[in-house]
Amino acid sequence: MTITPFDPGLSEVPQRQPEAPNGWKRYISFNTDAKVIGIQYIATALLFLLVGGLLAMIMRGELITPAADLVDRTVYNGLYTMHGTIMLFLFMFPVLNGLNNLLIPVMIGAPDMAFPRLNAAAFWMVPVFGVILMASFLVPGGPPASGWWSYPPVSLQNPLGHLINGEALWIVAVALSGVSSIMGAVNFVTTILRMRAPGMTLMRMPIFCWTALSAQTIQLIGLPALTGGAVMLLFDLVAGTSFYRPEGGGDPVLYQHFFWFYSHPAVYVIILPVFGVFSELFPVYARKPLFGYKFVAAASLVIVGLSLVVWVHHMFPSGVPQWMRDLFMVTTMLIAVPTGIKVFAWLGTLWGGKLRLNTPMLFALGGLFNFVFAGVTGIMLATVPVDIHVNNTYFVVGHFHYVIYGAATMGVYAAIYHWFPKFTGRMYYEGLGKLHFLLTFIGTNLNFFPMHPLGLMGMPRRVSSYDPEFAFWNVIASLGAFLLGVSIIPFLLNLVSSLVRGERAPANPWNAIGLEWLLPSPPPTENFEANVPTVISGPYGYGTGLPLVEHQEAYERALQQA
Amino acid sequence: MTTAPSRPGLSVLIGLAIWGGLLLWLSLWMGRQAYRWLPVQASSAAPLVDGLFSFETAVATFVFVGVVSVMAWVILFNRAAKYDVSDAEPIEGNTRLEVIWTVIPLVLVMAIAAYTIDVNRQIGLIGPMEHLHGGAGGAGAAGSPQAEIEVIARQWSWEFRYPADGVSTTELHLPMGRRVGLQLRSEDVIHGFYVPAFRLKQQVIPGRLIPFFLTPTREGRYRLRDSEYSGTWFAANQADVVVQSEADYQSWLRRAAALPLQPGLSDASRDYALRQSRSRTSGYATVAPAPPPMVNVPGSNTLPHDG
Repeated sequence: MTITPFDPGLSEVPQRQPEAPNGWKRYISFNTDAKVIGIQYIATALLFLLVGGLLAMIMRGELITPAADLVDRTVYNGLYTMHGTIMLFLFMFPVLNGLNNLLIPVMIGAPDMAFPRLNAAAFWMVPVFGVILMASFLVPGGPPASGWWSYPPVSLQNPLGHLINGEALWIVAVALSGVSSIMGAVNFVTTILRMRAPGMTLMRMPIFCWTALSAQTIQLIGLPALTGGAVMLLFDLVAGTSFYRPEGGGDPVLYQHFFWFYSHPAVYVIILPVFGVFSELFPVYARKPLFGYKFVAAASLVIVGLSLVVWVHHMFPSGVPQWMRDLFMVTTMLIAVPTGIKVFAWLGTLWGGKLRLNTPMLFALGGLFNFVFAGVTGIMLATVPVDIHVNNTYFVVGHFHYVIYGAATMGVYAAIYHWFPKFTGRMYYEGLGKLHFLLTFIGTNLNFFPMHPLGLMGMPRRVSSYDPEFAFWNVIASLGAFLLGVSIIPFLLNLVSSLVRGERAPANPWNAIGLEWLLPSPPPTENFEANVPTVISGPYGYGTGLPLVEHQEAYERALQQA
Repeated sequence: MTTAPSRPGLSVLIGLAIWGGLLLWLSLWMGRQAYRWLPVQASSAAPLVDGLFSFETAVATFVFVGVVSVMAWVILFNRAAKYDVSDAEPIEGNTRLEVIWTVIPLVLVMAIAAYTIDVNRQIGLIGPMEHLHGGAGGAGAAGSPQAEIEVIARQWSWEFRYPADGVSTTELHLPMGRRVGLQLRSEDVIHGFYVPAFRLKQQVIPGRLIPFFLTPTREGRYRLRDSEYSGTWFAANQADVVVQSEADYQSWLRRAAALPLQPGLSDASRDYALRQSRSRTSGYATVAPAPPPMVNVPGSNTLPHDG
């Protein structure tokens, strides 16, 4: 393992940032500080979480009774399309890029991202395509209504025939989101590979950076396929081409390949950094080193490789030949192995530890619980005959939401609470945090568990009405959804009140090991400035007594004096 | 940094055996319960799918409850005391354990995959899977029985034609106990032919003629649901499937052929007409539904169904 040379001159070069305002105004300006951009991403994402959540609650209001009676069917279809699109492209990806921005530079001891202006430009595209997407509510004919997959030909139907229609705005927004994510990925990969502190070899890097590197590599490989597929869809919609139109000789199934070639790996783009969060938090709150660091790091890379060859499992009923069904089932099954390595590593970390169940730890444990449930239903979905039965039913919706809300979003909450003191300089309120956890955990299971029996019984997804035999579980799911809506209240209350009047946070409130905890809370603009530490041991040295960096006492003394 | 595992005492071994035994019992019990979560079995594919699902439920229970019981154990018994800020014992890994928990899941998922490929083969012999060849479509598999029923999916109605008997209907009638050949086609967007009681599903892709085979095994009335989102009235795009004995089926065909053509069932057309009659609508733009197909027997989609 070679040590990436760190150019000490880099941090001595006067960085240009005089015109950047210092107060709250920097959060609404084109700021190039990764820590500001990180908070911009997270704040924007949380705003859209509220929008997407509100749409979901209207949907669950419609589905609390079998008949289509609360909103018109066209409205329901628009709502569910916008819910999925907003949650993925305007909540999940931005919030994770926010964590990447906050954590990667401080964890590897870099002053900032490799390309700060590119970074800021990537962020500012988010509100731009957010506005474009939301504008689709205002155009004649209403928002897109063909689901977040936007399969042709139904997505090409454009009933009013206008050039500017909801679907066209959707495609433009998704394509811009792809461009923004590619810009972000270039930045994250370069930063991780080129800007680590002296002594921080790849095998001494925190797992979060490993998972971020893995996830962003998927973005670089997969996103061009989706973006290209989306551009062709736009041409079919507004320029009369026939890439996907069967009447013009096109093939609608081709789009499914483009879409899933990216959109399945996209789930790993989401879940890998959350695996990273789990790997960071369990050692801190169990007071033990991460069990099998090397295996956990390598498992991320294996997941990247496999994630790129599983996409056809979304298309088992689309008319693919038997050999493809068998092949893609086997590759999908194989992903269970590296994923299992991680889960067992976390259990090994917790085993015999000294657990502290504060809010971030509770969210991490709850997220792990939900993730294991999603994992076993994922194996069921991978097997072709069972998938043929439950494909496009609520079973898939339940599985997906256990991953995306139960595991990923709860992991994001865990990360927000864990690093909140570091980046705001304030402690959050533990009581409100635990209340948030309790409501979220109960709400998630109440909302998404009933979807599994519904799917097994044969209730298709995306329906605005259903047969009466599905009513019982739907009522429970709807109650869970409303509880999830309520669960956001203590979260927002906690964020706002802690920011305004929370207790001042020390540099290392959790007694955690890591470069970010050798910085003041909040860290200065250039992080370590000229005093970048030299890393001398691997991460997670809990109980070993080994210092992480050279002259560690000097860093700790400086923090205490500050 | 591998630490040699210390030799476990007798009480630990007994505890582990009890835990493993309980886990196994619970898993087997859940595997048996799994059949009850599914609709009635009405095709030859259904028992195969259900058997696989039951097996997977048992495995899933074992894994899930196994992991969760370890989590519960550490949460209950490995908590730090109130003012204890010390670290725990620094165990950094164990290569032997890593190998075990890599190899066992690998063997397990490959066993599931092998079982599944076997089920695929069996369903392929008696169901649709063997006869679908991506892209080509429409050619029909050589040596397969001629499609006796044409299924036409539209926005938003299902039409079933029996060309040999000159019958068309919006309620699918099938004979029990023999393999039936269907030919699926769509006139507009992608639809999904899904009968939960049969455990079979196939996307109906416009521009392709899709041969599809199934063997109903139980008399009764079942739901056919559109399983691929197809636009505004997607949820209402349902039809009933009536499985009858061969004799009843033939006599139904004879009677149906004598009936005059009339508009078939289309909830979407009815709703759309209602919507157009209002002065202002509360919704967004929609494609107009295709007119209801003209059929000999509209049938029903409101009678109680078995699954």
